[in-house]
Amino acid sequence: MQLEEEVEDKFELNISITNPEKVGEFHYISPFSTTLPMFRSKTFTVRRRFSDFLGLYEKLSDKHTPNGYIVPPPPEKSIMGMTKVKVGKEDNSSAEFVERRRAALERYLQRVVFHPSLLQDPDVREFLERDDMPRAHNTQALSGAGFLKMINRATDSLSKMTIKMNESDVWFEEKLQEVEAEDQQLRKLHIMVDSLVGHRKELSVNTGGFAKSVAMLGSSEDNTALSRALSQLAEVEDKMEQLHQEQAASDSFCFAELLADYIRLLGSVRASFDQRMKTWQRWQDAQNMLQKKRETEAKLLWANKPDKLQQAKDDITEWEAKVTQYERDFDRVSATVRKEVLRFEKEKACDFKKQIIKYLESLLQSQQQLIKYWEAFLPEAKAIA
Amino acid sequence: KLCKQYFPVDILSKILSINVDLQTDATLQVDISDALSERDKVKFTVHTKSTLPNFKQNEFSVVRQHEEFIWLHDSFVENEEYAGYIIPPAPPRPDFDASREKLQKLGEGEGSMTKEEFTKMKQELEAEYLAIFKKTVAMHEVFLCRVAAHPVLRKDMNFHVFLEYNQDLSVRGKNKREKMEDFFKNVVKSADGVLVAGVKDVDDFFEHEKTFLLEYHNRVKDASSKSDRMIRSHKNAADDINRIASTLYTLGTQDSTDVCKFFLKVSELFEKTRKIEARVAADEDLKLADLLKYYLRESQAAKDLLYRRGRALVDYENANKALDKARAKNKDVLQAETSQQVCCQKFEKISESAKQELIDFKTRRVAAFRKNLVELAELELKHAKGNLQLLQSCVGVLKGDT
Repeated sequence: MQLEEEVEDKFELNISITNPEKVGEFHYISPFSTTLPMFRSKTFTVRRRFSDFLGLYEKLSDKHTPNGYIVPPPPEKSIMGMTKVKVGKEDNSSAEFVERRRAALERYLQRVVFHPSLLQDPDVREFLERDDMPRAHNTQALSGAGFLKMINRATDSLSKMTIKMNESDVWFEEKLQEVEAEDQQLRKLHIMVDSLVGHRKELSVNTGGFAKSVAMLGSSEDNTALSRALSQLAEVEDKMEQLHQEQAASDSFCFAELLADYIRLLGSVRASFDQRMKTWQRWQDAQNMLQKKRETEAKLLWANKPDKLQQAKDDITEWEAKVTQYERDFDRVSATVRKEVLRFEKEKACDFKKQIIKYLESLLQSQQQLIKYWEAFLPEAKAIA
Repeated sequence: KLCKQYFPVDILSKILSINVDLQTDATLQVDISDALSERDKVKFTVHTKSTLPNFKQNEFSVVRQHEEFIWLHDSFVENEEYAGYIIPPAPPRPDFDASREKLQKLGEGEGSMTKEEFTKMKQELEAEYLAIFKKTVAMHEVFLCRVAAHPVLRKDMNFHVFLEYNQDLSVRGKNKREKMEDFFKNVVKSADGVLVAGVKDVDDFFEHEKTFLLEYHNRVKDASSKSDRMIRSHKNAADDINRIASTLYTLGTQDSTDVCKFFLKVSELFEKTRKIEARVAADEDLKLADLLKYYLRESQAAKDLLYRRGRALVDYENANKALDKARAKNKDVLQAETSQQVCCQKFEKISESAKQELIDFKTRRVAAFRKNLVELAELELKHAKGNLQLLQSCVGVLKGDT
């Protein structure tokens, strides 16, 4: 997979995650191939556990989220995922779940390496190259539910703060509203797509049941031509069962998973806005503290206590420096968030288009198959006499 | 709100899926030209065209309700003269309860959804109501056409009264006692049915038919219920796509970026494809599910015929035994002889007409299945090609945009 971006150097970095093998836990093999000079070799393969991926996220988030970066989140630990609705019989070992997780981890890793700043992070390099990773601890907090809880708590406290925003912040305010509205719609959409997956699976099962029933009917029909036509119909419906099953998988993997990814990512986006808020608050708090220190100095001058005055002056200097620093931080983080949001939106547009076109193409192929089956059946039906 | 619904004739005439190869000749043509759905009943306008001398005019119409159809059907069943015929199965009672309930719930929940959502749902439910309505009209019409096409039943007095008498037939619904009697009659019949079915018939034709019908009826029943289940899932999936289309539309209208335009196009596509999916489910319902349901009822009517013949055979055999006994005792011999002759004639008359009826049943069945399966396949192809074209053009546009 190549990413064309406006970054000066175009590079190749192909990552895929294949074949989870069960060795105590699942180990994922990630074959890479790259033209980037920073890596030791051009192609290499490593094995990672699921918890390693979570550990990577934790490290990256700790370092970069406070600076306003949108750090891609990993997939959930639990089967339940986004909507807390169990779609059919699924457990940890089901083939569908395993494949879903594999694909989600692959997309996660691809997003990480295609983030221009994150790619430079030594932890990412280590993750990709190092033969043996020490076990990641404290990944409990990063299970999907925990992650979302953390985000929700942060945004709650955000809304509780009465923040007076000045003119230049209108962009951020509007953006955040957009993000929140989009989040709401995506969640709604995800629930509906999950419902579609469920109904298509049901349709598949019911079509199979119908096929068998028609076959039985055909065998008891005593008109030979009709009997044959009925058994042909049973075959068509059998093939339809298969088709519906495949379609349900496509609904799930192409569409539902895309939505789940972006619901998680929007969480990260809100986290970065959150961080910006925090730096603003820190700056404000520093300004208030500076004000207090100045008041203290004034009081001391008036009370004529020269011995404590030096301390007061030192305090003022300290807090003046802090105010300057925190203001710079706020500006820097704001600029990063802005840049990140634009990068994110571009990536999202590209992603959605690509995935949804892929999904539509699968629907297209389904219809082509359907046409083939019914075209084969029609002469059989006409032959009934 | 939906107190009165009025549906034009041309829609009705397209519904007939089961009416196959019935000899519609100029001497007697019957159809349902209009239908009105009122609060708790449906009024059918039965239109007749006839050159028969029995009728006062050549063309006339009357208004009938479901109970009057049932009265007519039951009068056939209870008529001994028709014991040797397959009585066309009665149309099922019009059942709008579920649909009405949904519409009511929608009305109650109007405040909790957006105007677009409400309008959309209302349209869907109205379409559902219309579909059920069309079906019930079709089934009542098929019943009348079957009667009109039957060489003997078409001459029935009650049928003519039904067609011509332009007042209410005052057919009261069965009271409790009559319903109880019906119930017991059915119980006795099924017990007898088991008995009769166990006795091997001397006549090969009827023996084969008995075995065939018993098995066929059960398998049609199974196929019918499985087809219903399959079609329901199909409808559910189409409903989901509808909701997805709406949400994509909302996402698409939040901004005017490229992504939003993209969402709008995809939403439009899904709107169209789900209409096609809904049509596929509806056509499968008409061509497959209704066909199976109809032959479920017809095969039951054929079984009932066999049962009646079986009863006549038992009566004949009993009359033979009674005659032997009377001859042995030399008492009431003449009476026994007459009785035996009556039973013999009855049995032979039934057997003769039953044979023809069962052959006709087969012919009708094969023709109906052929027609419906061909139409089903053609419709599936039409819809799939429509869907394919929509998808291809949309994908083409979307790919071109990026």
